[in-house]
Amino acid sequence: MTRYLVHRLGQNLILLWLVSVIAFTVLHLAPGGPLAQFALVPGLTQADLARIAHQMGLDRSLPVQYWEWFRRMLVGDWGRSYRDTQPVLLVIGSHLFATLELMVSSTIIAVLLGTWVGVLGAIRRYSLFDYLATVGAMIALSIPTFWFGLVVIYIFSVKLAWLPAGNLYTVGDGSFLDFAHHLIAPSLVLALVTVAIWSRYMRSSMLEVINQDYIRTARAKGLRERSVLIDHAFRNALLPMITIAGLQLPTLLSGALVTETVFTWPGMGRLFLDSIGYRDYPMVMGVLMFSAVLVLLGNLMADLLYAASDPRIRLD
Amino acid sequence: MSDVADSPREIARAADEAPSRRARSRALRRFMRHRLAILGLVVIVLLVFFTAVGPHLIAFDDLHIDVRNRFQPPFAGPHILGSDPLGRDQLARLLMAGRVSLTVGFAAMALSTLVGTLVGAVAGYYGGLVGVALMRFVDAVLCFPTIFLLLALAAFVTPSVVSITLIVAATAWMEVARVVEGQIRALRDRDFAIAAEVLGASDLHIMLRELIPNAMAPIVVAATLNVARAILLESYVSFLGYGIQPPTPSWGNMLENAQEYLGTAPWLAIIPGIAITLAVTSFNFVGDGLRDALDTRLDIA
Amino acid sequence: MTPLLQVEDLRVRFRTDTGIIPAVNGVSFVVRPRETLALVGESGSGKSVTGLSIMRLTPRGGGCRVEGRIRFGAADLLALPEEDMRAIRGNRISMIFQEPMTSLNPVKTVGEQIAEAIRCHRQIGRQAALDRAAELLHTVGIPDARQRLASYPHHMSGGMRQRVMIAMALSCEPDLLIADEPTTALDVTVQAQIVELLKRLQQQTGMSVIFITHNLGVVADIADRVMVMYAGRIVEQAGTVPLLTSPLMPYTQGLLRSVPRLPAGQHQRRRLDAIPGNVPDPAELPAGCSFRPRCPHAVAGVCDTTLPELEDTAPGHLVRCRRWRDIAPAGA
Repeated sequence: MTRYLVHRLGQNLILLWLVSVIAFTVLHLAPGGPLAQFALVPGLTQADLARIAHQMGLDRSLPVQYWEWFRRMLVGDWGRSYRDTQPVLLVIGSHLFATLELMVSSTIIAVLLGTWVGVLGAIRRYSLFDYLATVGAMIALSIPTFWFGLVVIYIFSVKLAWLPAGNLYTVGDGSFLDFAHHLIAPSLVLALVTVAIWSRYMRSSMLEVINQDYIRTARAKGLRERSVLIDHAFRNALLPMITIAGLQLPTLLSGALVTETVFTWPGMGRLFLDSIGYRDYPMVMGVLMFSAVLVLLGNLMADLLYAASDPRIRLD
Repeated sequence: MSDVADSPREIARAADEAPSRRARSRALRRFMRHRLAILGLVVIVLLVFFTAVGPHLIAFDDLHIDVRNRFQPPFAGPHILGSDPLGRDQLARLLMAGRVSLTVGFAAMALSTLVGTLVGAVAGYYGGLVGVALMRFVDAVLCFPTIFLLLALAAFVTPSVVSITLIVAATAWMEVARVVEGQIRALRDRDFAIAAEVLGASDLHIMLRELIPNAMAPIVVAATLNVARAILLESYVSFLGYGIQPPTPSWGNMLENAQEYLGTAPWLAIIPGIAITLAVTSFNFVGDGLRDALDTRLDIA
Repeated sequence: MTPLLQVEDLRVRFRTDTGIIPAVNGVSFVVRPRETLALVGESGSGKSVTGLSIMRLTPRGGGCRVEGRIRFGAADLLALPEEDMRAIRGNRISMIFQEPMTSLNPVKTVGEQIAEAIRCHRQIGRQAALDRAAELLHTVGIPDARQRLASYPHHMSGGMRQRVMIAMALSCEPDLLIADEPTTALDVTVQAQIVELLKRLQQQTGMSVIFITHNLGVVADIADRVMVMYAGRIVEQAGTVPLLTSPLMPYTQGLLRSVPRLPAGQHQRRRLDAIPGNVPDPAELPAGCSFRPRCPHAVAGVCDTTLPELEDTAPGHLVRCRRWRDIAPAGA
């Protein structure tokens, strides 16, 4: 286990370093670079810009700048927002909860619904249900999340007035029920794609397991079909799904950004979009790095969980 | 089937191909899938045709502003699909937007497939340090949530059809690279590649003439699915305001301000979304049909 | 003596996109109490499908049709409601399979897997079931049985896993054990151990065994009677000694010649001969005798007309060959 952990950690650290290089390069090589926002300010002369560039260390060579930035990042100094001079990590932290709330609730929906659809599709393979689920998943994967959000708002907020059209809570209320009420629509919208993906993977994982020899052994023992499917097939089929869950994080984060935009949800995605609008360079950099770190951490956690759940992965 | 299943695993497989009632529904499903792919193809052809020819057939120019006829509802007047907050004809805009969105979709697909194939082929063929370095790079790029990366790139360039195409391609080549790398690595040690090497063919020759043609099936499938992906990505980035800029319409930016008018003019939001979903679904159906037909297993079964 | 199991005119067909594949074409036989019946044939002969049909474990869904009658005690297994069949499976009839490496659930301990088999037929507690499982592991010759309960299948070798499978199959003291090529996937030395184990257990418990194999060499060690199958039909059936010493069907003779270790002295100098050709496509069986295209004794006009009947040649010796009288002296 320790060796495995160290190995995975090492791989992830290398990836993290690469990620930082890519993020840094992308933003510094972009036309204007970090100076972009100052270039927009009227009345600043070329000399002023040069002075600012020097102050910010932008006149030094790229590798030196990178090293400086990387060093600070490692110790938690991710810079300060141009907008309100708050430390980047602090601002991210204050937006994290809303995003996590959305991601967790939609993941719960996706796992429950996707597992049900996938397992049933595998057991009743080629049935009408299976067919509709397959086509439905393909269409779900083709619907733009933001548009689905608009449709949901139109139907459930504008027409039926059942659900609020956005925001984390009603100002002046803020009870648990109010939070939950606001959470329903955005979680459903964010869950659309993940339900589709999860159900497809669940189906093929279950199908793969159902044809294994040990399922036949379980039947030969005289077990009830329900216990063959649940205790033997489903338990094994869930294992690879742990990895799949880890791999869904980038999709989920992308979807969260769009969903947050549609539902004016004060999360990381909104923060990122606003920061781009303000050319808030350190924030953009910070959120980009942070999301990549989240993705890597998610994968790592999935790996560890998998290792813990599968007895075939030895503890040495 | 020359060998009757004797090992139960083979029986299971035979039965899987066999069942009577299921055989019929399986054939049905195959047929339906096939039909879905054909349906997708037909829709794509129609979309391309109407976006190419359509604007010449309708009475309105997509940029013509007519403030007296703002917010005309669809199917109730000269504006077949209604008009927008500036009184522009929604159908004309939808068709012109389709030109842009489909162009970006196809162009970004071509570019990302090319880049992905190149990176994947080089990594798969040379392997070793080069291969590891390239594939690690692919892994690293995949760590960024696509939309975040897309926006970060889009925010700092002047938006145009060309730049958006480049950016979309820049975030969509990695999957192709992974697929090609795997294929080439598997093919590399097969007889014909070794034979070519023994005969003294150059690396480039072996890659282009021997390996890539043999990996064509999954590349074609990935490329088709990438059109769908590119259209979606363009719509996302345009919806968020960093893609194709008005007055040039794209399916995504038509939706950009639609949310404000959800209560009063819902068709502004609904119609372009249907166009996107229709186009993306069609390409996904075709890609899925190709995957079945070419019998390549990628990603989701 | 009333037979324990009586199979009558068993027919199994698989329906595929390309047509109907008959895997078993009218097989009838009995299994008597306390006897070991060997079912011998090449892959594709329908022997495993016959075994699975008795357990009603042929692939589910409409694609596989099983017809005929399988009498077990008072019941016809093929007509039983699923719930009643389930109560028999693993309880009164057990089965072990060819692939010990993949036949055990990889994420459950062997203790759990054996205990589960016991508890699904017996009203006993978890601990009692585990105790019984330990006992069973000891019986099948696994050292440190109690410690082994907590092992996962991947901790064990193929031979060990097959022993676990046997322990599981014996857990409810079945009347009949169907062993479907239990040694094929194992090393030669381990094969012998498993055969010995099965023999010992059969003698201890008095259960009947259907031993499915393609290896006539093993048959001599374990079986009381032998049934040879070819293309979904029984082609010869006899006591082990008559069958091995004076086989009548050219196919059986061919199988015997292809066995490296032969039981009787007279065969010792003969070289190893593989039977020429391949098992026929079951969807397109040749007219007449199915073995005709590969048979050195085939005669046009005799063997290629209609399907030969299964004839009695001596008490308990059946053969499906028109020419057995002509070739018997030469072939043996």
